Amino acid sequence: MDQLAFVINTLLPALWGGFVVTLGLIALTAPFGVLIGAAVAVGRVYGSRPVQFLARAYVTFFKGTPLLLLLFILYFGLPSIGISLSPFVASVLGFIFCNSAYDSEYIRGSIRSIKEGQFTAGLALGMARGQVIRHVILPQALRRSIPGLVNEFVYLIKYSSLAYMVTVVELTGAGKMIATRYFTYNETFLVVGLVYLSLVTVTTIGAHLLERRVAIPV
Amino acid sequence: MTTDDTILRVEGLAKSFGTTEVLKEISFTVRKGETKVFIGPSGTGKSTLLRCINQLIIPDAGHVYLHGEEVTHAGARINHFRSKIGMVFQNFNLFDHMTAVRNVEIALMKVKGMKEDEAREKALFELRRVGMEDRADHYPAQLSGGQAQRVSIARALAMDPDVMLFDEPTSALDPELTGEVLEVIRGLARAGMTMLIVTHEMRFALSIADELLFMEHGTILERGAPGDLATSPTFERTRQFAGRFADL
Repeated sequence: MDQLAFVINTLLPALWGGFVVTLGLIALTAPFGVLIGAAVAVGRVYGSRPVQFLARAYVTFFKGTPLLLLLFILYFGLPSIGISLSPFVASVLGFIFCNSAYDSEYIRGSIRSIKEGQFTAGLALGMARGQVIRHVILPQALRRSIPGLVNEFVYLIKYSSLAYMVTVVELTGAGKMIATRYFTYNETFLVVGLVYLSLVTVTTIGAHLLERRVAIPV
Repeated sequence: MTTDDTILRVEGLAKSFGTTEVLKEISFTVRKGETKVFIGPSGTGKSTLLRCINQLIIPDAGHVYLHGEEVTHAGARINHFRSKIGMVFQNFNLFDHMTAVRNVEIALMKVKGMKEDEAREKALFELRRVGMEDRADHYPAQLSGGQAQRVSIARALAMDPDVMLFDEPTSALDPELTGEVLEVIRGLARAGMTMLIVTHEMRFALSIADELLFMEHGTILERGAPGDLATSPTFERTRQFAGRFADL
């Protein structure tokens, strides 16, 4: 019973601030992740040679390096060349790089799966390539990417805890501070874990509803 | 500028894929309201020819003129020319994520800059023309092949094209569905639409063509009025080809 009182009276209020920061990290990262991911995917499929090369380099680089390393460079490394980012901004940037690189792969695969004839038909009607991509290809490709994008979103929820490594007190960080202060590692991290689990569950349900809502009759 | 009623002029169009010459110096002119039908064995360049006309495939040599204006080497103006050259594909190529009426509307808004209301009205009008108004809210997957092809014809017609290109419009359809599509095309011919049609439907070809063009190995081997097919020596090879169709 003591433990329940601790959780309700002490732990939950103390975690609240961190929870809000975690939501902020996710909410700022995910939209840009999809947006940049889509742009990179389009660049890889439809871009000129140099654009294709740059888009591929982007994906290779951010997929191929540990996210934690990226955060260290953004936060601890960049000041030495005169760029000082707040811990929060450095984290969001790092997350966006990572998230968009993975998102772009799902979207690229979906773009490739759209029948070529629809692109041709758009051109034949007099639409510019950009218009065909925007109005014909991407709406379909993004729908097909939803399961993959949701996967990345779920990863993001969990790896957002890495921001603590560059001094952002988000959910995990807030938990760590409480746990250390009251020496309640089990209670604290159990609750923190449940919060992540709920976030993931809500996301999954939301994604399922979204998928149904935008489904195209087949 | 041409002063006669020539709509489309094709001059010396040539195209190779690798070492295969798919089109060899193809030339012809199309007058307003005329229907030219291209027939011939598969793989003789008929589809490539249509695609070279609206530059979906860039020809290696030759010129295409629409109302005397050069379509080949048009640069960014190509989108303008394409909007004036309607195209109907073998596999319909409807946009899968859009209802029938959206399929017809989208280019009206994005290419012609129409407002949504205006585009909707025009789209419904075109769907009515092909007898598909009652399926306006259906998605392509909810349409039969014949219905989908009629929507794709409406989509092309909505742009008010000067000429329509039909690339084997019934080849992907079950035999019992070809009739409804051919009937729509016949209606267009009666209404004076200028058309180039690639087809394997011999009876349809003979009944609708003002000029029949037999293509083989990338050239127009024989051409003339369909009425001459049975007797004229100019149609010897065509007769041999068409002889395989029992219903002639």
